[in-house]
Amino acid sequence: MMDKRADCREGLARCQKSAHSRFPMQDAVQFRLENADGDAAANGNRLVLSGQLTLAGIAPVEKELRRLDGPIRVIDLAEVDDIDTVGAWVVCRLAREHNSDISGANDAADRLLDSVRGIDGGGDIRPPRPPAWERVPIAIGEKIYGARSGIYGVVGFFGQIILGAASLLRHPTRFPVKALVHQMELVGVSALPIIGLMSFLIGIVIAQQGSVQLEQFGAEALTVNLVGRITLRELGVLMTAIMVAGRSGSAFAAQLGTMKLTEEIDAMRTIGISPIEVLVIPRIMAATFMMLLLGFYASIVAIVGGAVVGDLTLGIPFWTFLDRIHDVVPQHDLWVGLIKAPVFGLIVGLAGCYHGLQVRDNSEEVGRRTTMAVVSAIFAVIVLDAFFAVFFTEIGWG
Amino acid sequence: MRVNNHRDDEARPIVVEGLVNRFGDFAVHEGLDLTVNRGEILGVVGGSGSGKSVLMRSIIGLQQPAAGKIDVLGKTLTDADPDTQFGVRSRWGVMFQGGALFSTLTVGENVEVPLRKFYPDLDPTLRREIARYKVILSGLPDSAVAKYPSELSGGMKKRAGLARALALDPELLFLDEPTAGLDPIGAAKFDRLTRELKETLGLTVFLITHDLDTLYEICDRVAVIAEKKIIAVGTIPELIDTGHPWIEEYFNGPRGRAAQASHLRAAE
Repeated sequence: MMDKRADCREGLARCQKSAHSRFPMQDAVQFRLENADGDAAANGNRLVLSGQLTLAGIAPVEKELRRLDGPIRVIDLAEVDDIDTVGAWVVCRLAREHNSDISGANDAADRLLDSVRGIDGGGDIRPPRPPAWERVPIAIGEKIYGARSGIYGVVGFFGQIILGAASLLRHPTRFPVKALVHQMELVGVSALPIIGLMSFLIGIVIAQQGSVQLEQFGAEALTVNLVGRITLRELGVLMTAIMVAGRSGSAFAAQLGTMKLTEEIDAMRTIGISPIEVLVIPRIMAATFMMLLLGFYASIVAIVGGAVVGDLTLGIPFWTFLDRIHDVVPQHDLWVGLIKAPVFGLIVGLAGCYHGLQVRDNSEEVGRRTTMAVVSAIFAVIVLDAFFAVFFTEIGWG
Repeated sequence: MRVNNHRDDEARPIVVEGLVNRFGDFAVHEGLDLTVNRGEILGVVGGSGSGKSVLMRSIIGLQQPAAGKIDVLGKTLTDADPDTQFGVRSRWGVMFQGGALFSTLTVGENVEVPLRKFYPDLDPTLRREIARYKVILSGLPDSAVAKYPSELSGGMKKRAGLARALALDPELLFLDEPTAGLDPIGAAKFDRLTRELKETLGLTVFLITHDLDTLYEICDRVAVIAEKKIIAVGTIPELIDTGHPWIEEYFNGPRGRAAQASHLRAAE
């Protein structure tokens, strides 16, 4: 009799399934309480389950089952069509809570019940989390301690680089020329289009906005001074450093971080290759050299951008604009830019490589360290730029 | 009462017909046929690079075959719409070689992922309980549930991967080299666990392995991939009877004989 009903159910379930193709529809578990005579009764102590005692079937009624106050002496499974481990688990838990017997299970179901019977499902699946009043001091303490070990880490990293550089000086044949050239291409040559476009637009904006203000004093001609000095001294180099930090600093951190995770760096060490020599030094050198060239390139392109605006809107012919640059921009402005650029490049390279090598444990860390590399590099660049500004003014290069 | 809601119309949960896989000009499979019967553990063997993993990836839909038909649980997946695929995906579990656990989630949360995806209305308390007992059912200690994958050993990661594969009480389980990299004791335990799970849950298991002990101990049938197809399927004695040189070498080499001897000893 039971089989027949099971077949009907199965048929019904299949029809519903085709109607709701998105999800296999199944009948929920039905349950009722009976008293000792087999009559339905709200206060009976015999729990009869029927239908699909499976993950899909149990979900809708699981809360109600949990709320039954019992006492339940017997859980009857004779009318159950299908059972899986979730069903078995819920039955076992109910039986444990109410101290009741399970009846009506066949061999297969018995085996399933046995496999989950002894398991205690309580407890959290996340590591224990302390209350907020403990968490905040813990977080602050960890930050401070982290800062200390961060300083150790940075100092140690500098030491490693100096040692690596020294050993490369002693064994010049070991110098990773290929890696250096490759990195220079990635950091420098491939960045030319984007940095060129960015600088050109910056030159246009400075010239256009500056001329609007200078016009009020009838001094549009000074737009040339404005564009020439600000790009060579400040913006050309600063914007390029930010761009290189975003393009290459992040790439350094992500590459080294991933290599750390896949144990490539450990493998290098065991073969006797120093990761500092073959990975870090070429990257830092490439960033330093290329920043010098890119910074100069960016300033020149920005001036060209300014000259285009001058030609189109201010009535200063293109070549006259460039000639005037020669006269109005003091030479030391160029030196200021060219001195700052490699320092910024060094910082970007150091930050990228340092954070890349700090990656541990998991892929989330790669993303976190990449972000830190970019943010700390840009922040350090801007702070240093402020120092440079004061310094160069003090020495009379104002 | 049936265990795990198995439907009778799917006596052959996996049917692969005329499968062709190519990478550029290089053909990995050329007209490969394979049938897996319900309730069996089918071992798949073959030399390195013979396309065992590619076969598994084709069956579970990670690799689009160049030609051929793949039926899984009565549905043709090669040209199925996303809804059908979604339905079938809830009925299989896959364990990857290294476990492929999500590294930012704890083991328990890893097991929760498929439950969240396929049963979003599930009560969180029950979901946590399910995740917990699945992890323990896979042979991990209680304390491993709240740990992150980076805190586990290789063998434990495999077990955690198995727990995640079993999260939805699948009918079909794919195991990619479950015992590779485990110590012999761990490997034997894993074999026993696979067998027990198959018997209690009524699973059908598609198992890629190089482990001869696994083949002897738990596989009902073994399929051999060579020359871009399945050259033979059957029990190990049946395979050896085919007289194919590669199969000969595989099962009658020193390792093959050792595995067979230990199997016979264990049987006595």
